[in-house]
Amino acid sequence: MKRYLSPLAVVSLAAVALVTIAPVTAEAEDPFIIVQSTTSTQNSGLFNHILPMFKKKTGIDVRVVAVGTGQAIKNAANGDGDVLLVHAKAAEEKFVAEGGGVKRFDVMYNDFVIVGPKSDPAKIARGKDAAAALKSIADVKAPFASRGDDSGTHKAEKRHWKAAGVDIEKASGDWYRSTGSGMGATLNTAAGMGAYALTDRATWIAFKNKGDLQIVIEGDPKLFNQYGVILVNPEKHKNVKVKEGQAFIDWLLGAEGQNAIRSFQLDGKQLFFPNAGQENMKKAG
Amino acid sequence: MSDSGSIFSLALGLVLSGDAELWSIIALSLRVSLTAVALACLIGLPLGAFLAVVKFPGRDAVVALLNAFMGLPPVVVGLFVYLALSRSGPLGVLGLLYTPTAMIIAQTILVTPLIAALARQSMADLHVEYDELFRSLGLSMSRTIAALIWDGRYSLSTAALAGFGRAIAEVGAVIIVGGNIEHVTRVMTTAIALETSKGDLALAMALGLILITLALFVNSAVLTLNRTARRLAYA
Repeated sequence: MKRYLSPLAVVSLAAVALVTIAPVTAEAEDPFIIVQSTTSTQNSGLFNHILPMFKKKTGIDVRVVAVGTGQAIKNAANGDGDVLLVHAKAAEEKFVAEGGGVKRFDVMYNDFVIVGPKSDPAKIARGKDAAAALKSIADVKAPFASRGDDSGTHKAEKRHWKAAGVDIEKASGDWYRSTGSGMGATLNTAAGMGAYALTDRATWIAFKNKGDLQIVIEGDPKLFNQYGVILVNPEKHKNVKVKEGQAFIDWLLGAEGQNAIRSFQLDGKQLFFPNAGQENMKKAG
Repeated sequence: MSDSGSIFSLALGLVLSGDAELWSIIALSLRVSLTAVALACLIGLPLGAFLAVVKFPGRDAVVALLNAFMGLPPVVVGLFVYLALSRSGPLGVLGLLYTPTAMIIAQTILVTPLIAALARQSMADLHVEYDELFRSLGLSMSRTIAALIWDGRYSLSTAALAGFGRAIAEVGAVIIVGGNIEHVTRVMTTAIALETSKGDLALAMALGLILITLALFVNSAVLTLNRTARRLAYA
């Protein structure tokens, strides 16, 4: 009977397996915080540029979960993060008002652009009016790829369609294609089907599968894209690392963080423009 | 898009460069998926053998359920584990979300039904063969199950490999519960998803090629191990 695996052997196997997992949880780690953020900040490479500087100064490791703004806010509302860094001001203010976050601060901005195929079926290239351009796209029923994922970019896109007076719900599945995925995946789709799309400029510049797509609309002041940062409310979620999280926010909003953001370039272009505290200054002035 | 030749050379270049980041991602992929498969075997093999040996009312229903769960959508498992481990969830106090442990839990749930269902099938076949012998020896149920698992170990290793294949290849569950955090929870599949979303399709494909090669290595290793064990057993 020796050949048979006895229950004892099973138990010892289980012990071995548990020992294999144990180091995963018991690893000696640097202090860290979890930041719920958006794909644009990660995919563009901004975090890879600025986080090492913060780590060097404070020793705090910043773990970024990059999802759409809608999901990031939900995750933060569940307490699954210490800091929220996203770009949908109205939704952020609602999050703070509902007690999910402590206070919202402007961090930086860039802008959205509309990209489209070189053939430009809607004849909108080199325009400056986003709403008029979207109206033209709807008029000729040119394919348009939307995030459709409740992200900051998707929220902005819906605002612009509203301004253009176009009911996209009706067109969904026809010329309006809601991908329900991240910015990069949506750009891949747009490149594949020769569709127009709204994207933040940082993701666009960093994106490597542009194919036939090019910028057709830029420079409309309405295409402004503001990023904000919020500490998740420790009164609601006891696990929030207030000291480390606040240290990260203070650094981002201070001279060092703002300079770090300013110094991030891709192809010789600055992708994000720091503007912390300017709102307050405007108020004071 | 780059042609397949350049993707191949990119993959080879990545491996040969000894890129520390790539190797840590590979190591984490293996650690998570192999641990999940080991745990799934500990649960799934006895469960499969039990279902093969013991007759009880409703067994067919349990087996049908188990077989259906072979096709559990990873993203649903991910969501389920997220809701359980979230700070607002029942297990939130453990602080396991966005750690490799969370990924192991998700993949264990994902592959246990697969391993159990495959084990049940091969154990049932084996049991038909051995039933009389076991009866004559008067073996207890737990002894019977242990004997079946031991005697069917070579075919069970195929079940384990199927589980490993499902675990190492899935992205839906680990990206939700792991968060694809650089240096912490980024594995091969989530890295591929990330590079795809950056539009770096060549790098994504190269990583995919490395992942497939990795799976090939693990499968060959198990095959060789099996063969050696067999040779020793019958020598």
